[in-house]
Amino acid sequence: MEGRGTAGLDPRLFVLERRLSGVKRVVAVASGKGGVGKTLVASTAALALAWAGRSVGLLDLDMHGPSCHVVLGIEEPRVVEDRGVVPIDACGVKLMSLFLFAGDADLPLRGRDLTDVALELLAVTRWGDLDLLLIDMPPGTGDEILDVMNFIRRAEFLVVTTPSALSLMTVRRLLSMLSRRRAPVLGLVENMVSEEPKAEALAREAGVRYLGWLPADPLVERCLGNPDQLLQTDFARALTRVLRSLGWVS
Amino acid sequence: MHEWALAEAVVEALRSLLERGELAEIHRVVVKVGELQQVEEEVFTFAIKELLKLSGLEGVKVELVRERVLLRCRSCGYEWSPDLESLGLREKEAVHFLPELIHSFASCPRCGSFDFDIVRGRGVWVWRVEGRRA
Repeated sequence: MEGRGTAGLDPRLFVLERRLSGVKRVVAVASGKGGVGKTLVASTAALALAWAGRSVGLLDLDMHGPSCHVVLGIEEPRVVEDRGVVPIDACGVKLMSLFLFAGDADLPLRGRDLTDVALELLAVTRWGDLDLLLIDMPPGTGDEILDVMNFIRRAEFLVVTTPSALSLMTVRRLLSMLSRRRAPVLGLVENMVSEEPKAEALAREAGVRYLGWLPADPLVERCLGNPDQLLQTDFARALTRVLRSLGWVS
Repeated sequence: MHEWALAEAVVEALRSLLERGELAEIHRVVVKVGELQQVEEEVFTFAIKELLKLSGLEGVKVELVRERVLLRCRSCGYEWSPDLESLGLREKEAVHFLPELIHSFASCPRCGSFDFDIVRGRGVWVWRVEGRRA
């Protein structure tokens, strides 16, 4: 017998594909800029898809401020185990979030710790069969988005901006980064439009599809935590048109 | 049980060594278990062995080695091993699932900072695999 030793394998890396094997598509909702409504877009899209009969998962990867649960009306953290961790059901959406483990505790995480949390969540979560897994990304072009590109090679990106010059400037950087990595970009959604939309030119410049704009809708804030009401807002109706243009709902 | 998911990852790693042709047979695996994750060792070993059987690898000997947790403060450099028993039930459970959440519940005993590195003893690691070369 010839022996050999293999020191140091992170076993989590070997199970990622299997954990997502029942998931048809993985789409990360990203922006680069904070405060543009990524969480609302990702969560409302997940609700609209579930309402349309799609099996949909939502992974909140905002490690410092997970908040999809607020939109979905989940108030208490709880972990469901079944040979791993099972996402909780929120109005038909399968939700996984750091909130379910940490509750409202502060989250002073950085660098390698962020990667380890993402990896652990991906390695132990049993999503089952899904038409679509949406990932709510944090702002920035750092750890979390790099991790998604490394760990979920087939992830596609839905990019969110607002008409603000501050947002457009940062989103341009994100689109450039995604292009350098040849990551598939489904398109650009312009959120919080109160006067006129301004992002179409950026989409053209970046060679990505402009998927439309969503109104700055003051009713949305009042509907947080109430998915039924949220889906009745002008914001949700406009977002459903975007989902239709993507062919995700009929 | 969450341990099953971790055990599956270990067995997938071993299967991958065989599939990639790095080894033709596996005889023994040593799995390092970081104290921070508070894995139920009996359940974990049982799960690995059951999953090995299902993969046609029932002959593989499984050994767990526990690794003490060590944290190092990024602010003052102090190193310490936290007393996990002093955590509340909910906090312990959170750290069990996601060891990095220790940052939410512990701080440096010398300077109070919660900006520290997990130097060792984090979670599950395939430490040594012995077998026959392909």
